[in-house]
Amino acid sequence: MADTSPILEIRDLHVAVEGKPILKGVSLTIHKGEVHALMGPNGSGKSTLSNTLMGHPNYTVTNGDILFKGESILELSPDERARRGLFLAFQYPVAISGVSVVNFLRTALKSIRGEEVPVREFRKLLKEKMALLGMDDSFAGRYVNDGFSGGEKKRHEILQMAMLQPEMAILDETDSGLDIDALRTVAEGINKLTGPNLGVLLITHYQRILNYVRPHYVHVLVDGRIVKSGGSELAEKLEAQGYDWILRELGIRAEENKGDREEVLV
Amino acid sequence: MKTTNALESIGTEYRYGFRDPENYVYKSKKGLSHEIVEEISWMKGEPEWMRRFRLKALDIFLSKPLPWWAARLDLLQEIDFSHIYYYIRPTDKQGASWDEVPEYIKNTFDRLGIPEAERKFLAGVTAQYESEVVYHSIREDLERQGVIFLDMDSGLREYPELVKQYFGTVIPPGDNKFAALNSAVWSGGSFIWVPPGVRVEIPLQAYFRINAENMGQFERTLIIAEPGSFVHYIEGCTAPVYSTNSLHSAVVELIAKKGAHIRYTTIQNWSKNVYNLVTKRAVAHEDAVVEWVDGNLGSKLTMKYPGVYLVGPGARGEVLSIAFAGRDQTQDAGAKMVHAAPHTTSTVTSKSISKDGGRTIYRGGVWVKKGAEGVRSNVRCDALLLDPYSRSDTYPTMEINEQNVSIGHEATVSRVGEEQLFYMMSRGISEPEATAMIVNGFFEPFTKELPMEYAVELNRLIQLEMEGSVG
Repeated sequence: MADTSPILEIRDLHVAVEGKPILKGVSLTIHKGEVHALMGPNGSGKSTLSNTLMGHPNYTVTNGDILFKGESILELSPDERARRGLFLAFQYPVAISGVSVVNFLRTALKSIRGEEVPVREFRKLLKEKMALLGMDDSFAGRYVNDGFSGGEKKRHEILQMAMLQPEMAILDETDSGLDIDALRTVAEGINKLTGPNLGVLLITHYQRILNYVRPHYVHVLVDGRIVKSGGSELAEKLEAQGYDWILRELGIRAEENKGDREEVLV
Repeated sequence: MKTTNALESIGTEYRYGFRDPENYVYKSKKGLSHEIVEEISWMKGEPEWMRRFRLKALDIFLSKPLPWWAARLDLLQEIDFSHIYYYIRPTDKQGASWDEVPEYIKNTFDRLGIPEAERKFLAGVTAQYESEVVYHSIREDLERQGVIFLDMDSGLREYPELVKQYFGTVIPPGDNKFAALNSAVWSGGSFIWVPPGVRVEIPLQAYFRINAENMGQFERTLIIAEPGSFVHYIEGCTAPVYSTNSLHSAVVELIAKKGAHIRYTTIQNWSKNVYNLVTKRAVAHEDAVVEWVDGNLGSKLTMKYPGVYLVGPGARGEVLSIAFAGRDQTQDAGAKMVHAAPHTTSTVTSKSISKDGGRTIYRGGVWVKKGAEGVRSNVRCDALLLDPYSRSDTYPTMEINEQNVSIGHEATVSRVGEEQLFYMMSRGISEPEATAMIVNGFFEPFTKELPMEYAVELNRLIQLEMEGSVG
């Protein structure tokens, strides 16, 4: 890596939701050009981490810090974080009825760049990125996430990432709810965007997306802490053997469904 | 993420609140009496039947109680009918070009953008200032096709028989207290007659401006679309900001004959001291279509329920409305659909936004008469609350006297979602801009039915007002 300073540095992060501690000391360092996978059972705090990184108001940082390009972003609102180059692909993107994809993307790109984007340039860029993800032109006229299938929602998230060209992307369970064809399309889209100028944190419950998007590092999150880190072989072991062996190794009893904030939304 | 800040400013700025000095040729005494009604009729040189019509309506007004069911009966009770100017004639002359309009009135309409809009995309315009229409024009090609587009007073003078045949037939004076009041003191408004088969593709517009304090504006509009014709009529309204209240009480009657199509669009943006109590109703004959596109953005209290009487088989009625209620505002609006013939259809879409303690109410009804088989009706009302202090209520009525019908009613109330804001902000969009987009998106089914220029203006208004607050 040419640039040796990390793009994202999470230091001993503690996060509470409605007073209840969820993350209990997460540390993670990501450089540009790296793909990190964060895996973990339901309820381990994966989505809490992604929401906190993006600055969701309901998540309170009680201790630790988040450095983006060397500066703390804890005090920044989500839009300020986005304008600095941080991106989150949502697990459950919400519908915004009456707002078209094209209008949404143009407003977002204008905000990120801090200036009006010439119509012709915007149209060219959008056409190009939609082609990259195999999306039909008519998609741009639909209302944001309104009546989208699971696959369309996730492709739309990746389309936004392609348009906004962040320096650091967090992909929160971008593989969930997709059939195998949709998964392949989305994964191929991600692969086209990864490279030396982008750091990626890929959050997932399952290993299967990692067959398409090869991570450099794999971390396992259990009960609000990263309990194990390794290379891609770690993901394969998790796929083959589940999470139980890690939990046993750590002497933690698995309670798959306790206080499960992430899956109740399904 | 401080949601409240960005939301506070929506609808708080009123850009049309300026006023002109009063320099009128005639201003009636305050208050209402037989004498004043006689005087209005005499000044207008009306036929005897109209004079009698007015006087009878006045008696009905005086004897009728306020609507007991009004959500804000308390506000209605505050209206001091003896304190209102019922008739103001700003000038003796109606201009056929803007140069003939008194300078200060022309300047006002300039500031409201009317002459510019006329040049760009309208086929005809009437501009009413206080009680009288001060400017009127219609494109020559429409005139050649026989389209009549006049102010109501000129209509009565030039086409007395036509007016007499239809005037007050859709909304008789006894319909409600405010329809009676209008019938007694009406002045101005539009009279439109479209010959059979003629399609007026470019909209006709009327613009209503109240200027004087304690003014009552009572325009009267009558549109008759002969078989197979089409017309789109747009009206806009503003008033200055005063500490005392003004009253706007219009009556609008539409008649769509066999296969005719009338679209009636209102963008009402009264200042917050105006009572807006309007009766609007249409009759749709066989296979006719009537659409009310109704935007209620201002006023202190609005009560308005555009209706369609579907009296011919296959007739279709539609109401598409938005309402916005901010601090000290109540928008009591809705729709009435009366299915009196088989295979008639109606659609009602109502969208309302409340903030800063503002109150929106959907009050609507669907009636299906015996024998009206195969009727289809769908009502949908969505309310969006921008803060916890605001309120929205729905009062639907349904009276179905026929078996073989399909009736749907759906109502939702939602808040500007934290998740929506977070999602949009995570794409770099600022909170005020995100909120404006959500609000505009919520109104989108309405704005997309407006001519382009109006849609852009509406969006811009919401956007501007929200950016203003962030400072």
